[in-house]
Amino acid sequence: MTQLWDFAGGIHPAENKHQSTTRAIRNAPMPERLILPLQQHIGVPAEAIVEPGQHVLKGEKIADVVDGMGVPVHAPTSGTVENIARLPVPHPSGMEDWCVILIPDGDDRWGERTPTPDYRNHERAAVLDAIRNAGISGMGGAGFPTDIKLRPPKDRKVSTLILNGAECEPYITADDMSMRERADEIVDGLKIMAWLLRPERCVVAIEDNKPEAVAAMVKATDGTQIEVAVIPTKYPSGGEKQLIHVLTGMEVPSGGIPADIGVMCQNVGTAIAVGRAILRGEPLISRVVTITGEAVAEPGNLDSLIGTPVTDLLAAATLQEPRLHRLVLGGPMMGYTLNTAEVPVVKTSNCVIAASAQELPDPAPEQACIRCGMCAEACPMELLPQQLFWYSKAGEFEKAEHLNLFDCIECGACSYVCPSSIPLVQYYRFAKGEIRVQQAEQLKADRARERFEARQARLDREQQEKELRRQERAKAAAEAQARKQAEAEQAAAETGAQDERAAKAALVQEALARKKAKTTEAAAEAPDKAELEKQLAQAKSKLETMQSMLEDARAQQADNVEKLERAVAKNHDRVTRAEKALADANAAASSATQSTD
Amino acid sequence: MALAQQSSPHARHARPTSRVMLWVILAALPGLLMQTLFFGWGNLINVLWCMLVALGAEAAMLALRKKPLAFFLKDNTAAVTGLLLGLSLPQFVPFWVSAIAVLSAIVMAKQLYGGLGSNPFNPAMVGYALVLISFPVAMTTNWAEAGMLWQSAPGFSETLSIIASGQQTAVDAYTMATPLDEYKHKIASHTATEVLQHPTFGAGVARGWEWVNAAFLLGGVVLLALKIITWHIPVSMLAGIALMSLAFGSNPDQHAPLSLHLLAGGTMLGAFFIATDPVSAGTSHQGKLIYGAGIGVLVYVIRAWGNYPDAVAFSVLLMNFAVPFIDHYTPPRTFGHHKARRGLPGRTQG
Repeated sequence: MTQLWDFAGGIHPAENKHQSTTRAIRNAPMPERLILPLQQHIGVPAEAIVEPGQHVLKGEKIADVVDGMGVPVHAPTSGTVENIARLPVPHPSGMEDWCVILIPDGDDRWGERTPTPDYRNHERAAVLDAIRNAGISGMGGAGFPTDIKLRPPKDRKVSTLILNGAECEPYITADDMSMRERADEIVDGLKIMAWLLRPERCVVAIEDNKPEAVAAMVKATDGTQIEVAVIPTKYPSGGEKQLIHVLTGMEVPSGGIPADIGVMCQNVGTAIAVGRAILRGEPLISRVVTITGEAVAEPGNLDSLIGTPVTDLLAAATLQEPRLHRLVLGGPMMGYTLNTAEVPVVKTSNCVIAASAQELPDPAPEQACIRCGMCAEACPMELLPQQLFWYSKAGEFEKAEHLNLFDCIECGACSYVCPSSIPLVQYYRFAKGEIRVQQAEQLKADRARERFEARQARLDREQQEKELRRQERAKAAAEAQARKQAEAEQAAAETGAQDERAAKAALVQEALARKKAKTTEAAAEAPDKAELEKQLAQAKSKLETMQSMLEDARAQQADNVEKLERAVAKNHDRVTRAEKALADANAAASSATQSTD
Repeated sequence: MALAQQSSPHARHARPTSRVMLWVILAALPGLLMQTLFFGWGNLINVLWCMLVALGAEAAMLALRKKPLAFFLKDNTAAVTGLLLGLSLPQFVPFWVSAIAVLSAIVMAKQLYGGLGSNPFNPAMVGYALVLISFPVAMTTNWAEAGMLWQSAPGFSETLSIIASGQQTAVDAYTMATPLDEYKHKIASHTATEVLQHPTFGAGVARGWEWVNAAFLLGGVVLLALKIITWHIPVSMLAGIALMSLAFGSNPDQHAPLSLHLLAGGTMLGAFFIATDPVSAGTSHQGKLIYGAGIGVLVYVIRAWGNYPDAVAFSVLLMNFAVPFIDHYTPPRTFGHHKARRGLPGRTQG
């Protein structure tokens, strides 16, 4: 018997799993068209490598990520690419994204496959590449590329590999039914992952409400090193951090990843996909999806091609449209509502709940929080949900962050138990979003400030350097003058009084020469008056333009006000100078006239 | 088809606040039954009167605040405030004293602070403390003498007329000092044996009071079993009283014995029904323990060295003041963290 630990909080919602476990996994009918979103994983979106009108074979790569993290997308069946267009994709926002639309030709003809059942004789890197090329990303929820996850950093040795078969969310039975019917395939995939990681311990964890799955997995793992751990049913035991705690007693550090404590979790569906990719050479082109809820007459699990519209799956489970009130993709605790059934099944879609109004009724109006603390009793992360709610609602995000808002896994246990029907998780999502926006803005503001300060520092430095140079020049000039004077004095002293008369005569000569020169200069300058007037007019008009620009800038509070102010001042100087020059010229001209008169 | 758009979780299974409050009312009924059996009709009349005034005051305030009446009235919280006051007030207290207590509880302590969930102080205890300070005579001389309902006077209609008339002289024949009051005032000049001769103590710990407290304890256990309250506040409050009594009051010739502290007065009602009001109590488990223990210690301090024979109301209110402070320093350790982040953001890091 495996030693198990308990995690704090948790809830026991109505399981509602029996509806979809009475029927074996069926193959979903081939839809008329498949919609294959280019981004079904975390990372960079894949780029289409097919053209509209191109015929593709089953398993052929139709899109790939050239640069960056991501995995390719494959044709789930043979057919013709109709178009590459933006269509609604599964997303809480109901957004549209680029999709390859494939019209099946009905032949379902495979392209080239390269199985490597003797993978143990290959390089691990080659096997990891094969997993990547099979388009495998985590099929439990987030869709993180599996090959990257299977390459943990060198200093993070994975000692425990966990296959997460807890499936703690109500309604969903895709993993349960897969374990019952495809246990051998799961074990094959798990063995490949264990070979890649070489962990000391390999555990399959299943909640005790799935005895058939446990029996099947025990049988399939017989004679291997793989343990099957039966864990108590309690939501959210399938949450990665909770499951790791249940099985190892260790806690994934806040902000860290399981590999930090030597653990890795993989999903049941992912294990099947890895097994098929390596042993059969088949890429990830289908998955098991639970179709359930009171609005379908034949709930069950459908092995669906990736890209099958939800409408087709609902039809296959006999949708009773008048009863349909809410369409949830995922489970009732963490899934999101769809606003159209036209969206396709993607690699991470595990369940579609077509719920009636009685089944998942509209929430009651929100009442005041009475701080009863039932949310804190239910919280598996040991947070204080009522305080987080209070701070989120009041916009005191700093305090919410201080109480570890970002450790919230949004499992919904708090909202589930809230007697005042407060949509707590929604408040946390809002607060997290606001904080992220604030952080981004803060970063932007910080950068702007840094840039401004650097510029200011540069201007100051330039000013100082200029000042320094000016001082140096002044000093040099003063020194030169002092030297000249000293020399002159010395020379005067040397030549003595005898030269005094000669010097005086020279001075008189000089003064005369100056007077003559000035008169000629003034006469020569006089014709330039027109030129000077032109300059003044130009300077004035430039100044006016600058001033009007400055006023505009001030009115708009643009950031070039300072610059414009300087420009205006400069132009103003220019005008003054031009005016002075003109006045001088006029004065000179009149004096010249006078002197000539 | 117009599909409903909702944020997760889609499944909910909550016990609505109105039902939580209904359970609180139901769990208090054994205590009310014992009060009626041993002290006559006074408490029952008070409870009904207080609940009526509470609902009326709540409705009036909601109307003034332009809030939907039915939506808020049916949360039963005003009814619980009225109930708690009716259970706490002396049996023959004049109707207008209890009305003032309820009005100040609902209007001042609750609605003026923003209504349900926004009040920093326990409304019922605000009302109780206000009338205890304002009308000390009415609040100390109107306690009924313990006696079995079917033997003792006054009957239902007579009790009703005493409460309705508010005539102090009419009631003196049926009243008696409470055990805590009696002990406190006599022990200075008498031995414990002499003090306990007084009929208010009876054969057990405190005649009638012991059964009332036992019944509220039972009701409290029901609330615990239903997970409407957690054990932290009642246990730490009772432990606080017990530890203080063992440390400072072990000599019965000087201080009231522990048994009297636990089973006379409003201890059990206070521990399970009043201190556990979540709105004004500490938040985390550790915070609740400190909050409860603080109430317990203060109850003992005021009873032993203060001027009032009982002290639940003052102790609860004093600890209400401390709740924001306690909450800042007692957050739980979050999963994946080494230790709790105490204090305010930016001041301390964990």
